[in-house]
Amino acid sequence: MSDKGYNANFINRQSFIELDARERATALFDAGTSRELLGPFDRVESPWLPMQGVTPQADDGCVVMKGKITGQAAVVVALEGAFQGGSTGEVSGEKMTAALDLACADNEKGIPTSAVILLETGGVRLQEANLGLAAIAELMASILVLRKHAPVICLTAGTVGCFGGMSLAAGLASYVVMTREARLGMNGPEVIEQENGVEEFDSSDRALIWAIHGGEQRYATGLADALVDDDTPQVADAIRRFVSKGVPPAHRSSQVTLYRDRIEKLDTSRQWDPKEFRALWANGSNEEKR
Amino acid sequence: MEQIEFNYPAKRKVQKRAHVGVVGSGDLEVLLEPAEGDVARVFIRTSADGFRDTWKAVLDRFFANYDGAARIQINDAGATPGIVQLRLEQAVEVSER
Repeated sequence: MSDKGYNANFINRQSFIELDARERATALFDAGTSRELLGPFDRVESPWLPMQGVTPQADDGCVVMKGKITGQAAVVVALEGAFQGGSTGEVSGEKMTAALDLACADNEKGIPTSAVILLETGGVRLQEANLGLAAIAELMASILVLRKHAPVICLTAGTVGCFGGMSLAAGLASYVVMTREARLGMNGPEVIEQENGVEEFDSSDRALIWAIHGGEQRYATGLADALVDDDTPQVADAIRRFVSKGVPPAHRSSQVTLYRDRIEKLDTSRQWDPKEFRALWANGSNEEKR
Repeated sequence: MEQIEFNYPAKRKVQKRAHVGVVGSGDLEVLLEPAEGDVARVFIRTSADGFRDTWKAVLDRFFANYDGAARIQINDAGATPGIVQLRLEQAVEVSER
């Protein structure tokens, strides 16, 4: 606290979470290098939403930008969490996949091109269920090919978080960057409560939700590689750091033995609490320790 | 979802296109582009059915001050008239920046 009676660092902070998808993507590039591909005026929108009485968005909630990060070619794909919960439909999924495939083609031509995916999403868009599922499968395949050539960095800043099928895409990323406000998990709190009852997971207990899905816990247990404040320069700095780092020696999702052993050793006959669990998985495999 | 169209007279050319907003609950996106001729055309898609008169009232007020020959697409997710007015003004501000 300063003598002004408020915390100047907090007040003057440039929030990243408050930015929309387009502003978030722009903020990650070297100033003035970014241009948008298939923007809203191209009007490539979902054909399925209007049929179901839902207003579509001109970019289908998916912003694709090409430009430079630390002077090197990069593509950024940002999902707009405010439109249909950032859900993946046929069009938004195809935009993501095509962007990563083009980045892959550039790498193969000898132009190093990294990818950053900004996931604010509940996963598949239920109105386009099968097409959304197929899109996520294609996206995962594209990440697996691209990550051999260049880092695929996943950023989940919040407040939607990253859930459902897209959490699996995040799991394949070379690096995962989160804020304390962000959540990452396969099944969201409401889904767990609905499937297994309130005694298994109380989805109204926000402290419990963040203790399990929150960025701080994910980072502490080695499932995220960097924990950043909701501060635009800090977020952009973390992205630059991972772009410069390049392809990691071992991807988290390739460490099958490590995670299989950990899960086998876990005593599932009793309820673990998030703090104990953090101690158990503490010497995690996040990037700093890898 | 309801689709509504309005036309208004225009006096001057629009120089630059603008995109603002998001189709999130209680919000809308506006795509404003230069159009040919001396007419402004507004195409609305809204998730809240049955508010044609309200849309007309909001747009009548907006076009009392705006005379650009624009094609305006509005994708609405149940924004209130105040929010619609602000987004339209924001779109004009961006297109004239």
